[in-house]
Amino acid sequence: MIAIIDYGMSNLRSVRHAFAALGADARIVDTPSTLKNARALVLPGDGAFGPAMQSLTARGWLEPLHAALARGAPFLGICLGMQLLFESSEENGAHRGLGILRGAVKKFPRAAGKLPQIGWNQLQIQPQSKFLAGIAENAFAYFVHSYYCAPMDENIIAARTDYGISYASAIESGKVWGAQFHPEKSGADGLKMLQNFLELL
Amino acid sequence: MLAKRIIPCLDVKNGRVVKGINFVGLRDAGDPLEQARWYAEQGADEIVFLDITASVEARGTLLRMVERVADTLFIPFTVGGGVRCVDDFRAVLRAGADKASVNTAAVANPKIISECAETFGAQCIVVALDAKAVHGAPPSNGEKKWRVYTHGGRKPTELDAIEWARQAEALGAGEILLTSIDRDGTQVGYDLELTRAITDAVNIPVIASGGAGTLAHFYDAFAKTNADAALAASLFHDRTLSVPQVKNYLAERGVRVRWRFERKRFASGDTSE
Repeated sequence: MIAIIDYGMSNLRSVRHAFAALGADARIVDTPSTLKNARALVLPGDGAFGPAMQSLTARGWLEPLHAALARGAPFLGICLGMQLLFESSEENGAHRGLGILRGAVKKFPRAAGKLPQIGWNQLQIQPQSKFLAGIAENAFAYFVHSYYCAPMDENIIAARTDYGISYASAIESGKVWGAQFHPEKSGADGLKMLQNFLELL
Repeated sequence: MLAKRIIPCLDVKNGRVVKGINFVGLRDAGDPLEQARWYAEQGADEIVFLDITASVEARGTLLRMVERVADTLFIPFTVGGGVRCVDDFRAVLRAGADKASVNTAAVANPKIISECAETFGAQCIVVALDAKAVHGAPPSNGEKKWRVYTHGGRKPTELDAIEWARQAEALGAGEILLTSIDRDGTQVGYDLELTRAITDAVNIPVIASGGAGTLAHFYDAFAKTNADAALAASLFHDRTLSVPQVKNYLAERGVRVRWRFERKRFASGDTSE
């Protein structure tokens, strides 16, 4: 079972149905103890960083989440779910993240363009990436965000995207994967990426 | 680079498409799901569903439609029409819409924008701004003015379109769906002056709407204004133009568009649980 973590922050339905379309047993779970039985974890999320961390903490997700990662369960963070993996964010003040990956979440400079960035932007893909295997260079993915991840270790960057600046739009650290875009909303390419995630199981 | 978006809009009443594509490729010309998927395969970047159902009782029908669409459409979609309060937003988003648009209710009570932005994030709050040029004596500074209309373009307000756009952004709107009432349905082209005025006034994405009739109209919207997306309804439904035609035309002229169209259906017709 792939556990899609429901901490009250987002539209989880489309994530579940993208996995269902690929024949995977993905379930939306709202009880942290369920993670014990999960073969893989998906952390989606829209909205703001601070309230998301508060919600994860208050609802008791932190310990089972870290435990699942410690036993090597594949993990996919989507959008805010990717940002939460890092140590901190400057969204509406300073917030601590899960700290699973080193680095910070920063706001796009005003000169980058309109905020939020909404729409289809292109991926410059690291050829070795497992997450983006089979996806063409410069493929388009659907983005909605105003903040981006700045990983300390650039080797974990699986794809970069340009929006005024070149930033990490996908990351891959072992079995911990993250997408700043929404694979579940990125058409056939997005489904292929989720299929790649299923290969980790 | 971020691509310019092409967005077909479907009018929905009681969960059925009322003005949509009607040709042999579809089994059921009134099915929102089939129509949306067809447009997605054609390379539409997003779909807007505009609910024109008047009655409150029909909300459940709309939400069931949104759920069905969310279950098989793997591109983003927006639901507008009849979204009146935070609870309406929540219901539509929970049913699977990526964004919801609000017009009349936000004009009546602008706080709905900030409440929704705080609760769900700015990214899913689209303010639909229906504007009509103000005729008569030109204002002292000589600049053209547009007035905001509500109730599907029937009711004028006291609001100036540019001021309202700025206010919507300040309150936390993530995007503006800008419709020119003067141009809507005329197929004489988007109101470029209006679109320029609004895109210059705000730093959030703007969808141009109302008036598309030719390929050049789409090009003008992107080449002559700072619009991020162009929406059209009957032009696509009547098959005067197709989404790939528009995209090819734009790409040939150097406008960045998403070029890999979806050719394959990934989900079967039945994805119910």
